[in-house]
Amino acid sequence: MGLAHYLTLAATLFCIGLFGVVTRRNTIGILLGIELMMNAVNINLVAFARFSGSVPGMVFTVFTICVTVAEAALGLAIVILLFRVRRTVSADHLDLLKG
Amino acid sequence: MTGEVIAFWALSAMLVVSAFAVVLSPNLFHAVLWLALALTGTAGIFLLLDAEFLAAVQLLLYAGGIITIVVFAIVVTERLVGERITQTNRRIGAAAGVSLLLLGLIVNTLWNQPLATVKASMSSADLTKDVGESVLTRFVLPFELLALLMLVAMLSAIYFARPEE
Repeated sequence: MGLAHYLTLAATLFCIGLFGVVTRRNTIGILLGIELMMNAVNINLVAFARFSGSVPGMVFTVFTICVTVAEAALGLAIVILLFRVRRTVSADHLDLLKG
Repeated sequence: MTGEVIAFWALSAMLVVSAFAVVLSPNLFHAVLWLALALTGTAGIFLLLDAEFLAAVQLLLYAGGIITIVVFAIVVTERLVGERITQTNRRIGAAAGVSLLLLGLIVNTLWNQPLATVKASMSSADLTKDVGESVLTRFVLPFELLALLMLVAMLSAIYFARPEE
């Protein structure tokens, strides 16, 4: 299995996640798509680190995983707050900034 | 070597199927469960890449932590329990087109590049030890910043989700 195989797998997952982000109506569904995309990025980082034999690459992946977890926790907190204010989590109805 | 090939293709098939289920499942709860499967499969890919520590982090933080808080968020925000509402908008065709275009572009670029086909040898056999050592020596400042980020994220999540006075 070469590096290109892993990168192709990651690219496929990223594009499926992108599709989910664009098509989902529910805000939580959009966040699930974002999780898929970040997961694909992590696969990319680990594959590059392993194939070039670099330890700092692996350390960088530890950092990115932690940052994505912080992002997910905050994103879901914002969704809950949105629901409390607007009583909906459908992205179609969250158009307060639309002129 | 053949074991790795079989494991790679099996994990890839599982990942792609579960990723499609995440974005297409009409029930959001099912989508979260499929996401759990996809994140576990990613941990398997990390194992194939000799990153045991990252596989463990992936399982603990993602498959454990994220899935739990997503399920909580769904429970809190779901008003129309049992009611079938369309989960996808009208832009499916355009979204599929853009995604496929991007995928084609990336794959086309990838396979025209001279990329490594064999894994480079690591400096020592125990990668976890190496990662741990460099986190606490060379990367100690980013590590501490990360701890601060986690604290801020936790505090602000609690602040946002606090009960109404």
